[in-house]
This record gives sequence, C-alpha cells and structure tokens, in this order.
Amino acid sequence: MRPSARAGLWSGGLLVTLAVAAVASAAVGPVHVDALVVAKACLNAIGLPTGLGVRLADATALGASLPVPVPVIDYAYPFDFALPGTAETIVRRLRLPRIALAAVVGFALASAGAVMQGFFRNPMADPSIVGVSSGAAVGAVATIALPLAIPFGLQAAAFVGALVTAFAVYVIATTDGRTPVATLLLAGIAVQTFLGAVISYLLLQSGESLEQAVYWLMGHLRNSSWAEVEVTLPLAILAFAVLLAYARDLNVMLLGEGDAQALGIEVERSKRILLAVSSVITAAAVAVAGVIGFVGLIVPHVMRLLVGPDHRVLLPTSALAGATFLVLTDTLARAGPVELPVGIVTAAFGAPFFLFLLRRREVHAL
Amino acid sequence: MIDVDGVHVTLGETAVLTGVDCLVERGELLGLVGPNGAGKTTLLRTVNGLLEPDAGTVTVDGDDVAALGSKALSRRVATVPQTTSLEFAFTVEEVVEMGRTPHRSRLDWTDATAAVERALARTETSHLADRPVDAISGGERQRVLLARALAQEAPVLVLDEPTASLDVNHQVRVLELVRELVDEGRTVVAAIHDLDLAARYCDRLALLHDGHVAAAGPPASVLTPANVEPAFETAVAVSEAELTGAPRVTAVADRPARDCRVHVVGTGRPAARALGACWRAGFEASVGVVPPGDVAATLATDLGATAVTAPPFAAIDRATREAVRDALDAADVVVLTTEAPDPASVEHLDDGRAVVDWRDGVDADAVDALDAEAGGESPQSDRPPAVVAAVLDELDEGVTGDD
Repeated sequence: MRPSARAGLWSGGLLVTLAVAAVASAAVGPVHVDALVVAKACLNAIGLPTGLGVRLADATALGASLPVPVPVIDYAYPFDFALPGTAETIVRRLRLPRIALAAVVGFALASAGAVMQGFFRNPMADPSIVGVSSGAAVGAVATIALPLAIPFGLQAAAFVGALVTAFAVYVIATTDGRTPVATLLLAGIAVQTFLGAVISYLLLQSGESLEQAVYWLMGHLRNSSWAEVEVTLPLAILAFAVLLAYARDLNVMLLGEGDAQALGIEVERSKRILLAVSSVITAAAVAVAGVIGFVGLIVPHVMRLLVGPDHRVLLPTSALAGATFLVLTDTLARAGPVELPVGIVTAAFGAPFFLFLLRRREVHAL
Repeated sequence: MIDVDGVHVTLGETAVLTGVDCLVERGELLGLVGPNGAGKTTLLRTVNGLLEPDAGTVTVDGDDVAALGSKALSRRVATVPQTTSLEFAFTVEEVVEMGRTPHRSRLDWTDATAAVERALARTETSHLADRPVDAISGGERQRVLLARALAQEAPVLVLDEPTASLDVNHQVRVLELVRELVDEGRTVVAAIHDLDLAARYCDRLALLHDGHVAAAGPPASVLTPANVEPAFETAVAVSEAELTGAPRVTAVADRPARDCRVHVVGTGRPAARALGACWRAGFEASVGVVPPGDVAATLATDLGATAVTAPPFAAIDRATREAVRDALDAADVVVLTTEAPDPASVEHLDDGRAVVDWRDGVDADAVDALDAEAGGESPQSDRPPAVVAAVLDELDEGVTGDD
C-alpha cells in the first residue's frame, strides 16, 4: 500500500480513537454527567476557525500596563444542542480545555520524539534531548522562585528558556556550519546537567513556593484553559506540517548523513530545520504542561513497531497516538481521590509497558 | 567527464590528498587502487561532494562539484557507499526507492516508479523487494545499494570498495554488472582494494600513494613491481592471469634480502616452483636452460630473474652454453629439479658445485646414478654447509607453503 494511503488509514483510525478517548474522558470527574449530555457538550464545543484578526491586549510588565498586539482567531460553532447549564459548564469550561490541552501536548511531544529519534538515529532520543525541557524548567522555576525577577508569565518564561537552551546547544555543537549529531547529543546532555544544577539551586532558594515549583517540574495539566489551547494548537499544527514535509528527508537521513547527502538531501539545512521546529513544538508543550516524560520516548517506539520506520506514516500516527495516550493518562491522573501530576502517571504506566516490549524483543534500535 | 585538478584535502591534522590530478573519460571505468589510508575514499568523497577540497577543483561534466547543490549533484553523481547503516526495518524496495530522492519534490510521496523496478531487476534483487533490508546477506545488501544508486539514474557512478565484503562469486557478479553499465555509457570511478579484480575490470587504474597519483594508465602499465612495491611497501610479482589476460599481482610479505644466488636446473612446473620458492626466500635466482614460453621462463621474467632459454628439440648453441656456465658460476647453490637436466647444465654440474637435489619422487638409486654421471663427487662438498642448509629449509618451507 502506498505510504500516503497507509498514513491516511492509520491516522483516520487514531483520530476516531482520540475522539472516543476525549469524550470518555469528559465523562470522568467528581460530578456525574450523563454520557449523552457529555457527547452533546463536546460537539457544542467544536469550533471551526473562520478568520484571523489582531487585537490589542494589555500585558503587565514591571508594574506598567502595555498594549501588545495579539492574533485572534474567530470561530464558528456548528453544533448547538440545548443542555442543562451546569453540565455544559462542567464539561465545556472545566474538563474539555484540559482534555484538549492534553491532546495538543501529547501530539506535540510524540511528534517531536519521533523526529528526534530519527534525527539522532538513537532509540533513546526524546524531545528534550537538546535541553529544551531543562531550559523550560529553568524559566518556569525561576519565575516561581523569584517572582519579581522575571517580567513575563511563567509560560512565556518557560517557552523562551526552552528555545534559548536549544539554540545554545546547537551553537555549541556547530563548527564550520556542520553539526555532528553525536556532538549535539553530548552538548545537550552537558547543558542539561548544568541546567539541572541551576534548577536545584533555584529550588533551594524557592522557599514557600517549593511545592509549586516541584509540581510544575513533574508535569501537569491542572488549571488548563481554552486560552492555552488556542495558542498551542495552531503552533503545534503548523510545526507538525513542517515536520511532515520533511518526513522523506528523515527517512533518507536514517541511512546516514553521508548517504543522505549523496542522495540529494541538504543534510545540514534539513537538520537545522528539523531541530528548530521540533524544539519549538516541544517548547510550546513544555511551557503549558511542564516536563511530562516518556510520551515522546515510548509512543514513537510503539508506533514504529506497528507501522514501521517510514516517517511519512510514523510521524502522523505517533502524533495522534501521543495525543490519545496523554488524554487517557491525564484522565487517570485526575480520576483518583488525589489528583496526581500527569508526568507521574505517564512514567508509571509507560515505563513498565516499555520494559515489557523490550523483554519481548520487539523494541530494537531504530 | 570527471576532472580532478590539483585537489588537496586535509582531514584534521593529516594531509590526505596533496595535489591529486586525475581525468576520467565518459564511458570509462577508472579504478582507484592504493594501500589502505592512501586516500581512495577521500578522493571519491570529493567527487560525490561529501568533502570540499581545501585547494583544487573537481568538475563533473564541466560543473564544479563544490558549487553544485546537493540535489543537482546527486542527479549527476550516484554513490555506492562502502558501508551504510541499514539497521532498521525498511524494505529493500523502500531503500531503492530512496534513490529517487534527487528527482522528487519534498511533498511528492509517490513510490515504486519504473526506475526503481528497473534498478531492482538489473541488480537481480527484485525477489528481495519486500524483505527487510536488515535481514538479507552482505552480497545481497551490496547489490541493493547498487540498485539504489542505479535508481538515481545519474550518468556518473562512484563506488567505494564495492566488493570489499563479498565472496568471489558476488565480487565477480557485481563487477560484471558495473562493467555492463560502463559499456552502456556510464562513467564509473571505483575504489577497489583487490588489485587483480581492479586490473581485470577497469579500463584504467590510478594508483594513489602518499596523497597523489603515483601512476595512472592501463592496468598493465600501472601494476608493475616498480609502481606497486613502493606504494604497498611489499615485494610483489606481477604475472599475467592466463584465464583473464589481466595482470595478476602476488604480494610477498617481508621477502628477506639474502646475499646468495641460486640457479635452478630443470624445466616446467617443478623448475618454476623451485624458482618461486627460492625467490620468495630472498635468494637471487636464475633458471635454465628452459624453452622460451616455458612456465619457469615466464615466471623468471615476472620475477625479474634470469632465464637462460633455448628453443626445444634443437642443439644448444655455444652462446647458450656460456650463459649457463655464467649462471652456474654466479650461483652459490644449484638446485636440481629434473631427472634429465639439459646437456649444457650437465656439462658444468661436475665442477664441485653445491648441488641440492630436489626432484619430486626421485628415488635414491636415480640420485646415485646422477651423481655418478656428474663425476661421483659428494654434491655438497665445497660450499659452506650453512648456505646449503638454508636453501634446503627455505625450499621445504616454500613447497609445503604452496601445497
């Protein structure tokens, strides 16, 4: 079967799975809502973008209020079922934003993970391998621990911290316009170690806000809002589209960089683009959800097992499977009597599953 | 078609290529030969654009390789790499399909074109199309890489050790295929470490040594002891492989230098083997009298040793007799390999020379008879016993080594 057909078929199936998982997840929570009402509320929440505008928003910086232009997307809502007000509010305002954000974050992390594993030709690669998560963590923990020092919101600080770190790692590993992946990997590990020290120091200095900082570090989706979805979703889709356009290049680069160059791939340029875009998509996810481990590592592995190494199929299926996986694990995280950070759940369920696959020798090197 | 002009390449601190000039004509198979580390792969990498020379230029069909983009270059030059990381489960067809990359836009996801099928058929890998590429043999893998390069449909093919890990059967099959491609008009540059294979299949050879082309031209003119010995730092004998007509290079590791001459009396294969054993053992050797074209005479020529020749079934003239006498006089030891030595040699065997008897299957009675005919003297009387013992040892060793 042609790869586009395979990709379409798998993606269709996974989209349905994701939708079912989302609706099922929306039915879970402390307040019981009838399943049919949940489904209708979900349909009501579907918004289709119809236009793009710009409005001025006030950003507070250093105590002064500044107007900042913000892109605004207009939405049309095709469904409008009449529902009891409380039920619709619970589903639409409380549960669905969180589910949607979980899906976006899972989507972003898993697609970045698939790209990084191919890029590094290393099965242990994950989205944060070039220090994106550590950089985000420094930004976030600094904001929490030293609230006066940083004039942005926590998420902006995390996003910027992530990108600055990734860029720094790239610059460190680059000589004469070439970036050997082995150097990049080692530079990433060294920078992560250094930032780990910075994070530990900041935690020591954080005093009363220690708990908040630790909670962020564990990765969570508490207090998610539609606003976060509205920023991250377009970014994730845009970045994903670029990554998908490079799926063929990634396939050829699996043969080795020399071979890829001889087959007409501008290897260094492709590497720069893949690295930049997957750093952006990871940074966006980490900024809103903290450091959620394992999604970007095991989801691409499992999908590679199912669909093979062709990134044209692997990338979309990993992204959608990652979205589904995080929706389900986040549901587990909030279903218990005490809400857990979802990072704990992904690692607690993901690692044993991964070990199971490893023991059955179904997970190989790429 | 390919013009390498004054190319210098320094890798790290090492100057690998120091002024390489090399021209490959359209429709020609040029073999790059040379010792390990001579820069064969480095030179190939300047041709397929993976390395930019520090100085000098490489042009393909008039276009400077360094100035061409990767895509444009990969439409002109296809590469069969020495090794590739094929440790993942792409199928053979998918890997060959990747050869179409230079002809595809990024978003063109169509697969399995006619070019891919042709490449698979051409390399006899069609039956492997659906097999994972990490589950086929080394020989099959090499053919798959060749198929991938064919799918590129580039006029120039660069092969880096295409036969390095293959058995004799696959070596020959791969090179036969390359030869066919060249005969159809492709231009091929191949680094081949096996000199005999290179000589057999290439139109011309370029011998790389010390960062430059030490010799270039038709195989027979490049593969001479004078060219090969300094490059490979070993003694070699170059002969003609009767089956293929190509030069055949036999390397002899550590041929010791001995200040001692041996003359072999006899003809045919026994004399040739004795001559070869003496030469390998480091003796200066001569042979005679032998008919011209005799295998011992040919070997003597290949080894640069003296052969005293005379036409068969004819009276041996005076000049030949003198030549034999001179050879025997110059020799410290005479090796006898035949029961019926030529009369010219027999004449001089009785002068108290050290004669070592090495006649396969000859029994003691026959040796006694020969001794009596030669004058009844003990054959090893006058010469230092050590020299004789050395010859005997070396001969025994050489002969068992041959069998």
